[in-house]
Amino acid sequence: MNQVPLTHILIVSTALFFIGMYGLFTRRNLITMLMSIELILNSVNINFIAFNRYLYPQRLEGVFFTLFVIAIAAAEAAVAIAIIINLYRNFHSIDVETADEMKF
Amino acid sequence: MPNASYIVLIPLLPLAGFALLGLFGRRYIKGFAGVLGTSFVLVSTALALYVAWQYFSISLPQGHFKQTVPLNLNWLTFSPGLSIDMSIILDPISVMMIVVVTLISLLVHTFSLGYMKGETRYATYYAFLNLFTFSMLGLVLSGNLFETYIFWELVGCSSFLLIGFYFDRPTAVAAAKKAFIVTRFADLGFLVGILILSFHADTLDIHTLIQRLTQPGPQLTNITTASFLGISALSWGLVLVFVGGAGKSAMFPLHIWLPDAMEGPTPVSALIHAATMVVAGVYLVARLYPVYAHAGPAVLQVVLYVGALSALLAAIIACTQTDIKRVLAYSTMSQIGYMMFALGAHGYTASMFHLFTHAFFKALLFLCAGVIIHRVHSNEMKDMGALRKLLPLTHACFLIACLAISGIPPFSGFFSKEDILLAAWNSNKLVYAVGLFTSGLTAFYMFRLYFSVFWGRPTHEAGAHPGHHPETPFTEKLPLVILALGALSAGWIPFSRFVTADGKPEPAHGVSVFAIAPVALALIGIATAAYLYRKETERPQRAAAAFKGFYQFAYHKFYIDEVYTFITKKIIFNGIGRPAAWIDKNIVDGLMNLLATITARIAAGIKGIQSGKVQDYTLYFFAGIVGLAVLFIYLYT
Repeated sequence: MNQVPLTHILIVSTALFFIGMYGLFTRRNLITMLMSIELILNSVNINFIAFNRYLYPQRLEGVFFTLFVIAIAAAEAAVAIAIIINLYRNFHSIDVETADEMKF
Repeated sequence: MPNASYIVLIPLLPLAGFALLGLFGRRYIKGFAGVLGTSFVLVSTALALYVAWQYFSISLPQGHFKQTVPLNLNWLTFSPGLSIDMSIILDPISVMMIVVVTLISLLVHTFSLGYMKGETRYATYYAFLNLFTFSMLGLVLSGNLFETYIFWELVGCSSFLLIGFYFDRPTAVAAAKKAFIVTRFADLGFLVGILILSFHADTLDIHTLIQRLTQPGPQLTNITTASFLGISALSWGLVLVFVGGAGKSAMFPLHIWLPDAMEGPTPVSALIHAATMVVAGVYLVARLYPVYAHAGPAVLQVVLYVGALSALLAAIIACTQTDIKRVLAYSTMSQIGYMMFALGAHGYTASMFHLFTHAFFKALLFLCAGVIIHRVHSNEMKDMGALRKLLPLTHACFLIACLAISGIPPFSGFFSKEDILLAAWNSNKLVYAVGLFTSGLTAFYMFRLYFSVFWGRPTHEAGAHPGHHPETPFTEKLPLVILALGALSAGWIPFSRFVTADGKPEPAHGVSVFAIAPVALALIGIATAAYLYRKETERPQRAAAAFKGFYQFAYHKFYIDEVYTFITKKIIFNGIGRPAAWIDKNIVDGLMNLLATITARIAAGIKGIQSGKVQDYTLYFFAGIVGLAVLFIYLYT
């Protein structure tokens, strides 16, 4: 069976990473920014899995790392949403531009 | 020899009193702060008298009074030989001084019970008095030169506090500052002197220092061969130590602080600025007297002439002053001048004897002045007059003190002044003449004061309410009577049996024909004063007019204050102060301001980075990651 070459998978993950990056920098809505971060994390997960599968097929470290990243992403989402709710309570908005008080 | 443990208590008890009254006096024990402070000093006095009795009665069989160090606590060691110790030295003069200091201090404490009653800072006053008593006792007992210096400064500090006791009066504040600054200048000399002497003698211990600098040895050779500007290090050291003593003892030209120091409460003037602190300079020279005597005539000549000049100058000024306390202040300066030139004329015993008798009659004069001032509510002699009916006891005491200070037999001053003049006669005829003339002047100005205050015309203030209040409370009368007894009888003590330069008792020499001249001069002085001031007449004005220029010159204290003002304001301020201030403001501060301005500019430029926007921070974060990645790739390929 013809395997998909590694390069294709890396192109997918790079695309996903930069889509997430673009979203993180351009969106002003905190929820969307959180989603963009999830995209970046998932692109990293794809990389882990791909390298593990193609370079060291008999080992499992990449898979474990992916599992950890997923778990941390879940926790991070919970924390981030709690932060967003608090921001909303204070500013009545979840626009990131309104929460710019931590400056000089 | 006496056990050390209770000698330590003599200075430490007043210290405990100071701590207690200083910490809790104002709030908790205000009512009996005075009694408490006095009782501490009372115990000290009892101990001091016991020490004196033991010292002079028990150590005599050895042939002469030894210098002993009953206590030596090692405190700061610089090198095996050189250390600052807390030690106690006992020799005839230190024993004599602790008796004088505790006794006068006790009497002044007692006197103040009534005199300072009703003051808002009553407890603070007693705390300061106790502090002073502690420092003065520490000063006379210290057996280490640096320890002496520490207590020396403490004495100056408590004097400053007490001169400025009425700190709501600008004149008192100025006087306190003046006293502090002038004596500090002199203390600089003292410190440098200590450093020179201890550097060459390789010790700070007074006993060892005297031994090394008077007996042949490497240290003595060293200090006499080392020289600066052609004068040996030994002479420099001793002269500088004398400068310190001259500052504290108000010798010309460092005397300007003493008359102003009369701004303090009058009992304080009696204790500090008449009987004890101002003789610290004399005591210091006496403490190192073997070294002075051994160092050759030049240094003692300095002491001799400075003392004689101060005695004469102060006596002349005292004849023209109108403020009762200022007259007494100049008289103090004059009498200390006597003690100084007696030391310079090798009259060690005479000087210490005069110190002893002077403490009694001068403290008595000041306490009487305190009573008078309270009665008249003025310091000016023109507001006083005919007080002998109103204040009979004070009148009697004042008269005794005046006779004593004028050197009329058989009062105490006569004996000590005789000794001093004899020493001067044997050493330097010029100084003898000055001393003789000064003793006549002393009688004149003291009786000028006496007649103007107690005789003459009754003034409005004094006569306004006769019998309004009793003369003085008992606590004020008692010290006056005790001091009057002292002024009467202290002269009969055979002083040379106890205090001599080498510790060997000498028989007291009797009164000789030599005494005729000074007594005659003193009587002439008294007669002149009686002629001029006994009745309210025009005679004093005519007498002043006869010496018009000189009278004005003396009335303005020979313009010495003005000379100092000129030197400090015109020369030091313009020549040194202003340029230094310019350098400080423009160059030192300018550099600092430049640094600050640069920092502020840079900060203003880059603070925009910290915008508070999350996405900006993310961007910097990613830029950092990219930068690191590029760096790694560059490094590892």
